[in-house]
Amino acid sequence: MSAAAKVGGGIATYLDERVGSNAGAKKNLRKVFPEHWSFMLGEIALYSFIILLLSGTYLTLFFKPSMTEVPYHGSYVPLQGVQMSEAYESTMNLSFDVRGGLLMRQIHHWSALIFVAAIVIHLMRIFFTGAFRKPRELNWLIGNGLLTLALIEGFCGYSLPDDLLSGTGLRIADGVLLSIPVVGTYVQFFLFGGEFPGEAVIPRMFTLHVLLIPGIMLALITMHLMLVVVQKHTQFPGPGRTNENVVGFPLMPVYMAKAGGFFFIVFGVCAVLSAVAQINPIWVYGPYIPDQITAGSQPDFYIGFLEGSLRATPNWETNLWGHTISWNVLIPGLILPGLMMTAMALYPFIEAFVTGDRREHHLLDRPRDAPVRTALGAMSLAFYLLLFINGGNDIIGYTFHIQINTITRLTQVALVVAPPIVFMITKRACLGLQRKDLARVLHGRETGIIKRLPNGEFIEVHEPISAELRYKLMARNAPLPLEAGPATDADGIPAPAQGLNKVRARMSRFWYADDLPKPTPEEYEELTSGHGHH
Amino acid sequence: MSDETNDGRGPHSDAAHPNGASHELAMPTADPFADPGLPHHVPRRTDVDERAAKRAERQVSALFTLSTLCTIGFVVAYVSIDKDEIIRVQTLGRVNALNFTLGLTLGGALLFIGIGAIHWARKLMNSEEIVDYRHPMKSSAQDTADVLVMAKAGAADSALPRRKMIWMSLAGAMAAFPITLLVPLRDLGPLPHRKLRETLWKDPARREIVHANGGARLRPDDLQVGSQISARPTGNVSLDDLAKAAILLVRLHPDEVQSKTQLDKGYQGIMAFSKICSHAGCPLGLYEHTTHHMLCPCHQSTFDLSRGGKVIFGPAARDLPQLAITVNSEGYLVARGDFDEPVGPSFWERG
Repeated sequence: MSAAAKVGGGIATYLDERVGSNAGAKKNLRKVFPEHWSFMLGEIALYSFIILLLSGTYLTLFFKPSMTEVPYHGSYVPLQGVQMSEAYESTMNLSFDVRGGLLMRQIHHWSALIFVAAIVIHLMRIFFTGAFRKPRELNWLIGNGLLTLALIEGFCGYSLPDDLLSGTGLRIADGVLLSIPVVGTYVQFFLFGGEFPGEAVIPRMFTLHVLLIPGIMLALITMHLMLVVVQKHTQFPGPGRTNENVVGFPLMPVYMAKAGGFFFIVFGVCAVLSAVAQINPIWVYGPYIPDQITAGSQPDFYIGFLEGSLRATPNWETNLWGHTISWNVLIPGLILPGLMMTAMALYPFIEAFVTGDRREHHLLDRPRDAPVRTALGAMSLAFYLLLFINGGNDIIGYTFHIQINTITRLTQVALVVAPPIVFMITKRACLGLQRKDLARVLHGRETGIIKRLPNGEFIEVHEPISAELRYKLMARNAPLPLEAGPATDADGIPAPAQGLNKVRARMSRFWYADDLPKPTPEEYEELTSGHGHH
Repeated sequence: MSDETNDGRGPHSDAAHPNGASHELAMPTADPFADPGLPHHVPRRTDVDERAAKRAERQVSALFTLSTLCTIGFVVAYVSIDKDEIIRVQTLGRVNALNFTLGLTLGGALLFIGIGAIHWARKLMNSEEIVDYRHPMKSSAQDTADVLVMAKAGAADSALPRRKMIWMSLAGAMAAFPITLLVPLRDLGPLPHRKLRETLWKDPARREIVHANGGARLRPDDLQVGSQISARPTGNVSLDDLAKAAILLVRLHPDEVQSKTQLDKGYQGIMAFSKICSHAGCPLGLYEHTTHHMLCPCHQSTFDLSRGGKVIFGPAARDLPQLAITVNSEGYLVARGDFDEPVGPSFWERG
């Protein structure tokens, strides 16, 4: 032990004398991180990014980002002699003739799926617990940027092998670029170096995929984590856990072991998945040829919602003054995802405007305690999931023997009808859960003990809940709807920005008017003083 | 980082547990919703029973040792298993032996480190939570005032407030110079010109229609009524050309064809349509013989080939362009010229 301490101390001293590292170490070596299972979601995203960097670097040692056509002479017999791009050929060689190459490819692909999935679920955790509130709005924006980049990065990545499936995806991307008004044709010609497919797009996407996008993502992830350190992690309310403190375990040793260990677990899971669950078998699809296609072509799951929106949009196209706008591609391919991302990015600022709340928030909300936020989130998720499901309408139709046309029509209707319904149900459910919490606080816990009173009446005995639970249930914020205030002051001078105040008041009513108020101590005393109630 | 906010509190975070929060609510309060403070630490079995702790220690070490064994297994598998060997695994079916073994041993080597470390943390590391205090993110009033003074001094030193001309010209230069980064992007690709409007069929030397698989020339008799095949221009077709020139050949009974102009563009009921979907450009793929419907597998636009490739379902806005065909002197199917309109997805200049 003392030997390890001596070495550690020696290194620390060496570094400190050169860069003054002890000041930073003093703040961070025993930094407290609160514990909750949902705080691991962001970790999964971080670790799968590291796995992607490691496995991706290995892949670049063998992959040739070239679209030059060559005949295949590798050990996969069915494609012997077939003409294919060098990108496809080198991916085939990596899969069949490099020992461990297939494993690395599959680890890379699996961790990419886990990366995006973890980002999305992490983002949902942040949203539904209100962790995006001041002072964390900037980190929310960074996270949003990372999600967008992850989608583009993933799309570029799975397009690189130049197989029939990914080539089809690229063909659709080409159609989406062409739909951009005014400059679309030029954007497409410049990106592909000419007409589709050309010979430039794979090497260009390779540069984006291995250098530019991961470089930006690495910088953003570093900022993301630095902000977590500077702002300290949020925590759920609980006994002893307030807005002014952070309660949990120290970085050294507990989180070094837990977080470090968790990295190995995520990596290990990717490795085991890659051993037992085949992913992206490009040799089954064959090389890309623009006049060939397979039925049931599906992109990776995170592009599915775009596929679904392309399938669901009606065939609108306008032709005016010699120019064409294909809304049927432009809306689902670019405008809709753009709006979805923008709305998500702006939400913290909208909520801050509605509440007019300038305080720092380090205690997380339980989703039920912010019913309108939760309902808006659920509504957006419903919209997203409908698009996602419609992206697989052929698979669903085939599996369940439903006509594709029926699924598409139903999706079109549901995209309009379902979100408001989901909003209302979620909001009601949240308010119901608030009411249940209130009942537990004011009337106690149902013990299941039935007592017969002398007069013959049966009652169930309620037991007061613990002070800890009472605090936890009632620690919520209960914002009151804001009032616009009088339009003029006592002297008849119009109040400044009255129009804005009115908008804020209206929005605030929408957000908070139905919330259950927290009971006052007096109400609590009054209700709990006589214990005979039931 | 804010050094001074930590002054006098440095050791606090370590020393405060587990009663760190209790001093905040030292005074008895009437508020029934007050924070009751951090609950007392409940010791684990391993905290009080040395034998349990010893057992946990052995478990952790065993997990780490298993990891090392897996690493050895990985290397052994790498050098000893043939890369082409296929084995049968329960529930998985036939799998590549090397990939399967390498994946499992790598997974084991990683998972056992991870599980061991977390087991160690949960069973043997100090399980008492500690409390640290937050400070407002914003800097102290003094710092802000100091920064303001410095910023003012900096601005004054720069002479900018009095020399407006510099400001304006600098803004102009900064706005202009990124153009030098954008202009060289021009040579990323050629200009579109008429390329999206023309296909290989325009070339009189390439009008012979051949089967997409094998490249055999086609006589009308090669297509029976009701059949449908994919075809392309004769000769070596580049992928760029193929992406526009690919066609579907279908032979319908002339009575089934709804329009005379459509029939006239064909030859004895054989008609050629662009194979490239007018929505996003996927090749069409699924043909229904009884209804003459052609479906795009990408987004399910459906075209009726008996009605001139008319869109009958899905997101495609335009009917399939039809290629006028005939037979040449040798009796083989040929195109009479190029398509009348651009094939594939719409674009701004299409009109």
